[in-house]
Amino acid sequence: SSHEHKLNFKKSKEACLSYIQDAVLQKQWKRAAEFLTFYIESLEKDFSTEYMGPSEIIWRIGTEILCHHSHSSMKEFNSFIEQMKTLGVKRYLKVCLEHAFHLLCNGLIDEAYHNLSLAESWRFGEQTAIQDKEMKLIQAYRGLLDYYSWSKQKTILLEHDQDGFEDLSVEQEMHSCFRKAAVNLKEVIKIPGVWDLFVKCYVDLLEFYGDHNEARQVLNEYAYNSKFPANPNAHVYLYQFLKRHGESKKSLISALKILHDIVPSHELMIDFNTMLQKSKKRKRRRLGLEVIFAVLDYAGWKENVKAWSCLARQVKQIVISEKHLDWIKQEWNSRKDWWPAFHFSRYLAKTNWQENESLSYEKALVAGILLGKDCKYFKYVSHQGCKAQVKRFRILKKFVNKHNPAYLRISG
Amino acid sequence: DFNERCAQCSEVNWGLTDGGRFYCRSCHNVTERTREVVNADFVSNVRIQTISKGLRKQEKTDGGCEWYVCEGFQLVLKKQAEALEALGVHPQMKDEILCNFWRRYLQKSKQAYCNRPAGETVKAFSVCDSSTDVDSEPERPSLLHLLSLSESEGDLQTDCSFASSTSKVSESTSVCSGSVDGTWYLMKNQKDKLRMTMPMTLSFCYMALLWLREPMTLSDLLRFVVEGHIPYLNVFQHFPEKMKLYGLDLKIFCVESWPVYEEVYSKMLELAAFLDLPRFPDITDSCFLHPDMLCMKYLMEANLPDELHNWTCRVVKKICIGEVDFLTLVPGNKSTRNVKYDVLAAAVIVVVLKLLFLLDDHYEWLLSDFAEERNKNNKEGGPYFEFKKWYKVIKCSLDVEQKKLDEERAKYLWRCEKPLFYSAQKKSKVLKRRQMVVNLQNQFGKLSGSVRPAEKPNPSSFQLRWSEENTDGSCFHGHSLKGILQEKCGLLTAMNPDYWLCTVKLCTEKLCGHLAHYREVDFPQSYHFVLRLFSFLLRVEPSYIHDEVCVIEHKLFNKKLYKKPKYNTGLRK
Repeated sequence: SSHEHKLNFKKSKEACLSYIQDAVLQKQWKRAAEFLTFYIESLEKDFSTEYMGPSEIIWRIGTEILCHHSHSSMKEFNSFIEQMKTLGVKRYLKVCLEHAFHLLCNGLIDEAYHNLSLAESWRFGEQTAIQDKEMKLIQAYRGLLDYYSWSKQKTILLEHDQDGFEDLSVEQEMHSCFRKAAVNLKEVIKIPGVWDLFVKCYVDLLEFYGDHNEARQVLNEYAYNSKFPANPNAHVYLYQFLKRHGESKKSLISALKILHDIVPSHELMIDFNTMLQKSKKRKRRRLGLEVIFAVLDYAGWKENVKAWSCLARQVKQIVISEKHLDWIKQEWNSRKDWWPAFHFSRYLAKTNWQENESLSYEKALVAGILLGKDCKYFKYVSHQGCKAQVKRFRILKKFVNKHNPAYLRISG
Repeated sequence: DFNERCAQCSEVNWGLTDGGRFYCRSCHNVTERTREVVNADFVSNVRIQTISKGLRKQEKTDGGCEWYVCEGFQLVLKKQAEALEALGVHPQMKDEILCNFWRRYLQKSKQAYCNRPAGETVKAFSVCDSSTDVDSEPERPSLLHLLSLSESEGDLQTDCSFASSTSKVSESTSVCSGSVDGTWYLMKNQKDKLRMTMPMTLSFCYMALLWLREPMTLSDLLRFVVEGHIPYLNVFQHFPEKMKLYGLDLKIFCVESWPVYEEVYSKMLELAAFLDLPRFPDITDSCFLHPDMLCMKYLMEANLPDELHNWTCRVVKKICIGEVDFLTLVPGNKSTRNVKYDVLAAAVIVVVLKLLFLLDDHYEWLLSDFAEERNKNNKEGGPYFEFKKWYKVIKCSLDVEQKKLDEERAKYLWRCEKPLFYSAQKKSKVLKRRQMVVNLQNQFGKLSGSVRPAEKPNPSSFQLRWSEENTDGSCFHGHSLKGILQEKCGLLTAMNPDYWLCTVKLCTEKLCGHLAHYREVDFPQSYHFVLRLFSFLLRVEPSYIHDEVCVIEHKLFNKKLYKKPKYNTGLRK
């Protein structure tokens, strides 16, 4: 007969574990440590094929407790982790990696580097191949730390340069760090994934040593290789690189175009619009309008004066030229149902006017064109502006009144 | 020790034949005397040797010696008996009763005290004998097979992983058990011979206690085991150094669960029948185990008014469960239902509470309010018992104690210092693990804050104590039931005219193992609360007590003597 209520080892430890988890969730570290003490003997029965066995549980929970407990020291933590490393060979590299992270978070960079180096040289039969991913990460982070050393050396060198010193040893050290870093970084960014920091560092290295071609290739790969996950930052890095090296407008625009497609609300869209507005090519100016409208679809930009001034400038320019009013019409079509409430309510008119006069000015201009001189927003702001005898509002009022027919064409 | 002089050559130089008889080594005269495993103290210098023809020899490099499984159990029983004596049990239990029971068992199960002890068959099953020709033994049970046959208390998967790794190693080097007959012990079908297990040691103890009518119920005994006053878990650490324990011995002597009341109890019955014991000494109304006595005890512990005792006695008398013939154990008698004294007494109290308070989540509270009202005008004598007040006090204590118990259960340490390993190859790994565990325990133990020494609570028969000296009115022993009784024809009867049966029909025990099936949601919360209280005190599942309540009710209302019971099957909600 099955005595389900029979208290056995397994059930006892399960109960113990739930007490530990509760304590950890409530940040009662002493209590968690107390129950963990009783849980630890599960290691002597650790043959489970469960997803997470006792040794992994003890590693993770023990780490949590030691991180937060007031009486715990780094030394204790290190000794604990060393024991955890011996517990499960299948997890060895993961533990090493997380140990390194922990050391880094505590500012112990040299120790972290030492740990990573040791881990890198670890070999254990078929396990080495199985834990390949972790190994790659270890190499990558070691590469990153090499970069960090290189960076430090570089700073020293530049300082010495200024002071007129020549430091050969520092220079050699620096180059050696570069070589070590470059090797590992290059390897890891070949693997499809998100490697932002690593890519940046690697590119920094390449640029310093003048290998621009390699840098461009790396950035292109990172941005355009379909095997890599879609990553806005990749395009940002590429754009920044191209800009740094004075590349053509065409390449800059193509880099930013993709960013616009992925993240229409990105902050670089302002620069993008500015660039596009100035272009002689009609298509680009059209794109510029699309870009700036898209930016202002997002709540985060609602009170951004720069964005509104970009839109205002472009809309004004179009209205004055009396050409391409249909562009505005096209953009406005999908927005006319919700932008009025979103941007141009009476309440917003009041708050904008009170808080940010420039913002209200730019917005009023746009409102006046898109919604006509009789819209709430424009009426309120322009009235307030004129009352306050601010010159530009008088001009604005005149302008909108003059170009009301444009509004009629847009709305009709 | 067999120290007689040889009849033929007058030497004292004895050996043992395969058949377990003594023979003189000087002149090879075989006697009729058989080997007795008499000494509770394992004497390693016993000058008895066995003829080794076919009998697997132990490697003596580790300083071990040959020992049989039943010797191990004998040691366990001895330790347990000593502990019981320390708790106040009469020494007669250890020196006479238990000893005799054990000897009789060995005899009946043919492990000793007979002509052909079962141990001689060991040689036929020497799995790990390196000298055995593989082809000549067609039936060689594999280690895995052996492990799977026995009731595994531990994680079978772990055992199999051990087994499979052990069997990979060549047969000649692995030794399967420290004991001589460990392998045989687990393998042979012993259904008819009642193979000894660790839980059965407690059955032996309880049987001896019952024989002596000691004031210790089975639930008390099991509680003392869990609290650590009676050796059970890891008792093998008290085995002498030379008795090496490994391999299959672990499956026999290492327990990984606490014994369950039902299991120990039913084994005891089997055992009593197996040993052909006569009728046990009478349980009369002056015995501790008599329902009247136990009810008194439990009423006190449950903080209920002493006056309830009159009612429990009435119920006991009415359904004749206070009779000597009902209460006394007659082994092998299947027609009578065997009595679990503690559960019975608890169930009687539950029934009495139902009689007086109905416990339908409604009436008891009304009655309590009524008693409260009457209490306001009650100037003389003790206060009237109010269910509501009692409930609050008990719930509070029970919750606290239950919480403590739950935490303690999560804190049990199952391992001990004496390391265990299945085989010599595993030894170093096991020791390293052990060392790491100890290190980690120290490390986190220091971070536990206030050092909590693992003290055993003092053994006590009472878990909850209530004193009338407490001025906070939390003791209800002296309270009067008058508040809920009424006078009718010069008699005090319950105001409550109703009763609901826990079940209309009892199940057939043989079919499903139970008399009733308790589900908390089907019953009033007050009823469940009362069950929970006794479930805590007795350390059994509420359903176990519920079963007994059902039986009592069916006896009580069988003849419909009580006035107009309402047949509510209790399926409320």
